[in-house]
Amino acid sequence: MDIRLDESLVTRARECAQAIAGDVWQHIDTHTTDSVERASLRLLGVVGVNEIDVPLVNVVVEHGRDLLSGGIVAPFVDLMRRSGTGAQTTAEGVAAGALSLQAVPAERRAAVERRAAELAKEGVGRVDAARRRREELVGKLADPVKPWVYVIVATGNIHEDVLQAKAAARAGADVIAVIRTTAQSLLDYVPYGLTTEGFGGTYATQENFHLMRAGLDEVGEELGRYVRLCNYASGLCMPEIAAMGSLERLDMMLNDSMYGIIFRNINMQRTFVDQYLARMVNARAGIIINTGEDNYLTTADALTKGFTVISSDFINEEFALRAGLEPWQIGIGHAFEINPATPDQVVYQIADAQLVRQLFPEASPKYMPPTKYMPGDIFMGHIIDAMFNFTGVFTNQSIQLLGMLTEALHTPLMQDRYLSIKNAKYVFESCRHLSEQFTVKPGSLIEQRANETLQKAVGQLEHVRGIGLFQALRDGEFADVKRDPEGGRGFDGVFTRAADYFNPFYGALAEGRLSGPPVGPAPGEHGN
Amino acid sequence: MQVKPYGDTRDDGVVQLSFTLPVPYSVKSTDVGKQFLERMGLHDVAVAEVKAIDPDFTFYVAFARTDVTIDPEEVKGDYLEVEQMDYYSINRLIKEGLGRKLIVVGAAIESDAHTVGIDAILNMKGFAGNYGLERYPEIEALNMGSQIPCEQLVKTALDMHADAILVSQIVTQKNIHVQNLTKLIELVEAEGVREKFIIIVGGPRINNAFAKELGYDAGFGPRTTPLEVASFLAQEARRRMWS
Repeated sequence: MDIRLDESLVTRARECAQAIAGDVWQHIDTHTTDSVERASLRLLGVVGVNEIDVPLVNVVVEHGRDLLSGGIVAPFVDLMRRSGTGAQTTAEGVAAGALSLQAVPAERRAAVERRAAELAKEGVGRVDAARRRREELVGKLADPVKPWVYVIVATGNIHEDVLQAKAAARAGADVIAVIRTTAQSLLDYVPYGLTTEGFGGTYATQENFHLMRAGLDEVGEELGRYVRLCNYASGLCMPEIAAMGSLERLDMMLNDSMYGIIFRNINMQRTFVDQYLARMVNARAGIIINTGEDNYLTTADALTKGFTVISSDFINEEFALRAGLEPWQIGIGHAFEINPATPDQVVYQIADAQLVRQLFPEASPKYMPPTKYMPGDIFMGHIIDAMFNFTGVFTNQSIQLLGMLTEALHTPLMQDRYLSIKNAKYVFESCRHLSEQFTVKPGSLIEQRANETLQKAVGQLEHVRGIGLFQALRDGEFADVKRDPEGGRGFDGVFTRAADYFNPFYGALAEGRLSGPPVGPAPGEHGN
Repeated sequence: MQVKPYGDTRDDGVVQLSFTLPVPYSVKSTDVGKQFLERMGLHDVAVAEVKAIDPDFTFYVAFARTDVTIDPEEVKGDYLEVEQMDYYSINRLIKEGLGRKLIVVGAAIESDAHTVGIDAILNMKGFAGNYGLERYPEIEALNMGSQIPCEQLVKTALDMHADAILVSQIVTQKNIHVQNLTKLIELVEAEGVREKFIIIVGGPRINNAFAKELGYDAGFGPRTTPLEVASFLAQEARRRMWS
């Protein structure tokens, strides 16, 4: 059901995105952040908290704050060698005040860097082991048919989350996302341990990741298909959460290059540096990232500003490719947010969704449900969701985040999730091969809308290329939100790299990366 | 006049229900659901759907009749009487009536670290498909975020010559919100600036009567939209300042 598109526009869009990202790269290559350094310590194996619940990685990075422009890894590994202990014991020593970080003297430099490179390789080896385990499980069980059915759990209590996630998987969910507690993205540390209280969601902690992973593996075994787990590598601790997720075999992470800037007022200089390491980790781990363009349409109007989603998708894609993510790992974001009162709403939605599918043929588009115009009338809401599901299967999306009939009322009840999965399954199965039966009429409304949107996106990309991405964000080009390059949260955690900046993870994560998605039989091929 | 739900005949009292019980489906599930609804005082229960949605959970859709009635005239309370306006008429009212922008400052005060409420009302993105106050061309809105001491909020409001102060209180453990909210009112009264501002509060445990009791001009509960807040502010400003 392909739409005829002006291919020269697609080429121009990618050229612009390359130039825009290339421009930002000069900043990324010359800066580090406290969160990048903390993530590096986590990959070296530092876990846990001190006696007042401050994570040890925060303690060590604060302790070595004056050394951060050179990177924390060299002084930390030097300290490990001097004290003759492992990463965890060394971090505990620093926290106890028994050990102290120093600048690495020139005579020890080469040996420290050699040792650090070995340790980085070991850390990355743990990420690889998780990826291999996923490949093994998908190969043994089965890989669900797309669009994958993606639902959220958000009780605040990890035990309740696991229970509800298992129920959702049994009802047909392929991906479970655990919504984080409100405002975790603004915490400049990652909470530790199992948690049973949260507000509007559950804390993203490594232990919670671990418990949910175990629960989904268990139900996956029962159902004979691999059930994927998603969380959020976003906010002030983006690279750290990516590191934790990679070790605990998360399969998907919301990991946008600009979301935090626009919607969480996190400093842009910080975010661009953070997203690079986070995405390198995700690339290594075989994690599918999700970009967050759907959010633009919750502030800006989907009918008139739909093109901003497309231009941002191109920029996000380019940042992702530069971090080593393969196209299948890029969950390009878009959404079904045109006002249902608009005549021909679904025609426009099909045009927009099909455009994304065609512009990113090898990616895994993530299609987000209606939220902005969801009514308290759950019966009507259920029908709007059905039209969303129809558009998703008709345009061959990869990941469908299901709408809930109670959207905007409360976090999903047990039956809400069940009803919404039932809705999606019915629509997907009943319309599975529908779009193959049709061609898009030349000159039709769908063809016009898609080309017009692409044209406008290219116009915006050319404008952004001209002024630079920092200025574009300052001007409010995306989502109508304006941000100051020097403003926002976390700016005090951005450091200009010194000439001798050293971080072995950038090299170790890129070198010898595994390739390709996990491959498994279709569900039912094992007879279960 | 006493009324009952109307299904397809006056006073038939028909209600529709759906719920989930945390028990496995079994041969007696239909009766379990039926008797559960009868214990709620309903009768003529018809279980339309009973289904295992998990090995340990059973989902019901049912219809039943109630004998309970209500007289709307007897429902009394301290309600906020605001004429609900749309985005354009609110902006027009401010522009034509005030002749300048309406200035509002908002924060989650004191110990409260949650911005979800104040963000829903003030941020561009808004809530439930409603734009936040920042988006209104005729409103100048400052969102100070969370954990803002009352002193700082009042000082900012004075510096900005604000017309209104919006307070959010999400956390209510051990009634901490009452202390926080009382502190703000005591502060503006002690400074002699109470009358300079329209002061309103919102949060999951807030209602208008409770807010009035604490000395606020209005209180907004859960599911309040930016439109409701903006409608109130514009009308209250008109009442106080230009009529």
